[in-house]
Amino acid sequence: MRNSVQKLSYLQAIIEAEREEMQRDENVILMGEDIAVYGAQSLVEEFGEKRMRNTPISENSFVGVGVGAALTGLRPIVDLTIASFCYLASDQIINQAAKLRFMTGAQLKVPLVVRTSTFYNNRTAAQHADRPYPLFMNTPGLKVLAPATASDAKGLLKAAIRDDDPVIFFEDINLWGKKEDVSTDVDLLVPIGKAAVKRSGSDLTIVSVAGCLPHALAAAEVLAGEGINAEVIDLRTIVPMDKETILTSVAKTGRLVIVDNSHKVGSVASEIAAVVSEEAFESLRKPIQRVATPQVHIPYNGALEKRLFASKDRILEAVRVII
Amino acid sequence: MLLIRRFEEALIAHNPVGHLSIGQEGAIVGACMALRDDDYVTGTHRSHGHPIGKGADINPLMAEVFGKKTGICKGLGGSMHLTDTSRGLIGESAIVGGGFPIATGAGLSIQVRETDQVSLCFFGDGAANQGTFSESINMAAIWKLPVIYFCENNGYAVTTSVEKSHGQPDIARRADGYGIPGIIVDGQDAEAVHAVTQEAVDRARAGEGPTLIEAKTYRFDEHSNRLAIPIEYRSKEEIEYHRNERDPISLYRATLLSRDLLADVERIEQEVAKTIDAAVEFARESPEPDMEDVWDCMFSNPINFPAYEGEL
Repeated sequence: MRNSVQKLSYLQAIIEAEREEMQRDENVILMGEDIAVYGAQSLVEEFGEKRMRNTPISENSFVGVGVGAALTGLRPIVDLTIASFCYLASDQIINQAAKLRFMTGAQLKVPLVVRTSTFYNNRTAAQHADRPYPLFMNTPGLKVLAPATASDAKGLLKAAIRDDDPVIFFEDINLWGKKEDVSTDVDLLVPIGKAAVKRSGSDLTIVSVAGCLPHALAAAEVLAGEGINAEVIDLRTIVPMDKETILTSVAKTGRLVIVDNSHKVGSVASEIAAVVSEEAFESLRKPIQRVATPQVHIPYNGALEKRLFASKDRILEAVRVII
Repeated sequence: MLLIRRFEEALIAHNPVGHLSIGQEGAIVGACMALRDDDYVTGTHRSHGHPIGKGADINPLMAEVFGKKTGICKGLGGSMHLTDTSRGLIGESAIVGGGFPIATGAGLSIQVRETDQVSLCFFGDGAANQGTFSESINMAAIWKLPVIYFCENNGYAVTTSVEKSHGQPDIARRADGYGIPGIIVDGQDAEAVHAVTQEAVDRARAGEGPTLIEAKTYRFDEHSNRLAIPIEYRSKEEIEYHRNERDPISLYRATLLSRDLLADVERIEQEVAKTIDAAVEFARESPEPDMEDVWDCMFSNPINFPAYEGEL
C-alpha cells in the first residue's frame, strides 16, 4: 500500500493514524470518555477493551493515568475530547507530564499524546469553545501541535505517538469533515517543528495557526486577483516553533499578518510577533498585524460567534492596513 | 527504619531543608518491605523514606537533597523529588494528591503489558481530600488494577487535623464507596504494616484489584523543616506522648531485643551511622550542577531546542 493515497476526512485521518500506530506498536493504547462515539468504534472492535479504555468523567485523573502508563512502558493516547476540559487536566499535564523528566534528572520519559479538539464556531457557548494553545505554549517541556489538513493531522499524530515527550495535539472541529488525498504509507510522518509553506508569494507573509488556514488561503486568492502575492505559512507545530520558515519569509516580504483564533492577549500570534520583532525587525517594512479573537468570551449566538474568529474578510482588512 | 531516621537527622544537622518523616518510618518500611525491586512506587513531598525503604543507594539521595550534580536527580529535583527509577520509583509529587493518577497509570500499564508487578501509591491524610483520590481509586476499582493506595495518616495536613478536615476520619472506610477493601493498621508497628501490605500486594498480583490501606502514624517534627509555625495546633503533651511511647523505631528495637537479637541490632546501628556519615561527606564534596544540565534534562527528543549556550 506504499505510495498510494486514500480520500480521508481530517477526523478519519486521525483515526487512521491511531489504527496504524496501534497495529505497529502493542504499547500504544487509547483512553478517553466515550471513545467509541467519536469515530473510533472500529478501533474498539479491532483492539478490544484492554487497549481501548473508556474512562469515567475524571479528566485530571485519566490524563494522569496516561502519564503513569507512559512512565512505565506504554505510549498512551489520551482523548480529552473538548479543549476546554484541558483546564481540569492542567495539573497533570503541567505539573506532572511536562515536569517529570526534568525533575528526575532525565531518568524518566513521558511518551504521552493528549488529543483534544477546539470546539468553536459550533454554537457551544463559552465553556466549550476555547482554543487554549497559549496556556500550553507557556509550559516548558511540552510539544504543542495544531494541524490544519487531513494529511498533516495523520502524519503529525503518528509523529507525536512515536515521540518520547508529552505532546498536546489540538484538532480543529471546523476541519473534521474536510477531505483530501492522504498517503497510506504507514511510516510517512510529518516532522514535528516544521511549518509548511502552502502558497509562495513575495508581497506579504500570512502565518496561519490551526484551523485558520482555509481562511488565509481564501484571502490569498482574493489578493492574487488584485496582483498581490501573499505567502501563506501553516504553522502546524506551535511548540517547538519553526522560526526559520517564518523569518525567511518575512525577510523576503517585509510584511506580516498572523492569523490565530486564540484570544489576542498572549496569543500564539503574540509570540510570533515578538520573535519577528526581536529577530527580523530590520526586515519589516510595515507594522505586524494580528488577526486574533478579542478578549471576550464566546457567545452562544452563532452569528455573533462567527465574527470573533478568523475569516477571509478580517484577514483582508488586516492586509489592507499594511499593503 | 533507622537509616531513614538517621538520614533525616543528618539533614537537620547539616542541611536543614525538607519535610521530615521522623515518626512515620514504621509505616514506610513496613509497606516497602512487601514490594519487589521492580514494583512501582509514587511518593509525596514527604518522601525521603520511600526510596530508602525501596533500597536506593544513600549517597545519591543525600547529594540530591544537598542540590548537587551527583544527586539522584542531578540536583534538579531536590528534597521533594528523590526519584530513583532503578528501584521502581516513578516520581514524588509536591502537588498534594498528584501521585494517585500516576500510580494508577502504572497499574494500568502493568495490566496491559501483562507483568506481575504491582504499583503502590503513598499519600497523606491531606491528599485524601483531593479529587484525584476519588477519581483514581474509582478507575483502579472498575479495571481491577494492581494498585495499593497506602495512606500515611499522620493526623495533620500541615496544621489542620484530620478531625477538622475529614467528614469520615477513618480514611480506609472510604474504600466501601469504591467497592474495594479498606484496612486500618497501626503505622507504628512495622511488622503489622508489612503483614497487611503483603496481603494487599498478593491480591493485586493475583489480579484481584486495588486495596486502600490506612496506617495510623504520627509526624514528630513540623510540617517542614523550613517552616516556622506561629500557632500551636497540637499540644506539647501529644507530641511528647508519641515521641516517648509510640516511636516505631524504639518499639521495634524492643521487639528485636525480646527475640535476643541485641548483637544484630547493635551491628546495624553502627553500619547505619557509617553509611550516613559517608553520605554527608559525599554530598558535601560533590560538585554543583551546571546550567547545561537544566537544558539537557528538558526533552527526551529535543526539536528546535538548542543546548544551553551560556547566555545566563
